[in-house]
Amino acid sequence: MQQLFNFFIKNKTFVLFLLLFSIAITLTVQSHEFHRSKFLNSSNKITASIYGVSQNVGQYFNLKKENTLLLEENRRLKSERYNQKKTQTVDSILKQTYTLNTAHVYKNSYALPNNYLTLNKGLKDSVKEDYGVITSKGIVGIIDKVSTHYSRVLSLLNTNSRVNVKLKKTKHFGSLSWNTKAANIVQLNDIQDLVKLAIGDSVVTSGFSFTFPANIPVGTVHSFRLNDTKDLYIIDVKLFNDMTNLEHVYVLKNNDINELETLNDSDE
Amino acid sequence: MNNIVFLNILRFVGLLLLQVLVCSNINFMGYVNPFVYLLFILLYPTSNNRLLFIFSSFLLGLCVDIFLDSGGAHAAATVLIAFLRPLFLKFSFGAAYEYQAIKFSNTDFTKRLFYFLLVIVTHHLLLFSLVVFNQNESLLILNQTLYSTLFSLLLCLLLTSLFSTKQA
Repeated sequence: MQQLFNFFIKNKTFVLFLLLFSIAITLTVQSHEFHRSKFLNSSNKITASIYGVSQNVGQYFNLKKENTLLLEENRRLKSERYNQKKTQTVDSILKQTYTLNTAHVYKNSYALPNNYLTLNKGLKDSVKEDYGVITSKGIVGIIDKVSTHYSRVLSLLNTNSRVNVKLKKTKHFGSLSWNTKAANIVQLNDIQDLVKLAIGDSVVTSGFSFTFPANIPVGTVHSFRLNDTKDLYIIDVKLFNDMTNLEHVYVLKNNDINELETLNDSDE
Repeated sequence: MNNIVFLNILRFVGLLLLQVLVCSNINFMGYVNPFVYLLFILLYPTSNNRLLFIFSSFLLGLCVDIFLDSGGAHAAATVLIAFLRPLFLKFSFGAAYEYQAIKFSNTDFTKRLFYFLLVIVTHHLLLFSLVVFNQNESLLILNQTLYSTLFSLLLCLLLTSLFSTKQA
């Protein structure tokens, strides 16, 4: 026992190094597994508020661009509104399935293999895990971690991200993932080789998950090729969103999420 | 003595904020970012309590990780270079460094460059291996290491020369 202690005291630097190094490696390995990075993320109070201060200063530089985006969205919504054929009955009894919540992007990255965003809305604003995040142009990602005032979004530009989408024209669906190569191109897998494809086809959300309603725009087909076994397509999808300069986003809350989840649980 | 402790605490906080708020958002050519927080480890006094040094390096790496959501990749890389630093120092400044505390601003430029390069390359290689975390992408790891090393080295040298003239 005495010798053991002596050994530790003699090599205390190396022991400390080994200890800290293995802690760091464990954290790294955990972060590469989906939904495993339990603690230590940028949605905690200190880091998020520092990002908040920096964002408060930075947002003035983008006011012009944000204004154009808002105008564009307004124009689209107004033209939809005025060109509606029948006036639909608006009634509070009719239930809303999705509630929208606005949020500021405090931190965004797109150059790493696993990218996350930090938003300024959290549990206090009834934002929870697995809620979808979109902008006026298209989808951004899915809420991954929530603290009281802030939340973290698993960006589409993350190797762990899987979003169910479909081709607008033919209704064939598959899952969207990212191969880390370019910040505006993501990959759509699991589409059969029988499907007729054309460059420029629209890709929208499928509505099969509780996270996103159907038909939210995602992007257009940029190029496609067959996979190694020659039976499925790998489609490069060019995103409508510019993931590099996100500032204002919407968080989608599905009001039926509890009901849908209990349905799924009963299957297992 | 207190002055040195204060200076290092200031460096810790200052470099951390500089890293996460400015340097990690540069994305030169799409993905190249410098890692200036390494200056804390590079310029830490050579006559030191090694345990404290390794631990504070780990803490700095961990803070950067929390900000950048990268798990523990920065922490692992900084702990490694903090542990290996005596080796790098001996390699670049000769065995003499152990007997006299080096003042980095007084050292030979080529020796200092070599020392910076050794530390930064080791750090970046481990960092990008852990960030990419995929054997099949070794070319990408080397590519990112190369470009980021050049960028970090340049910025570290610029920052040191900027602040050393002020002291002289």
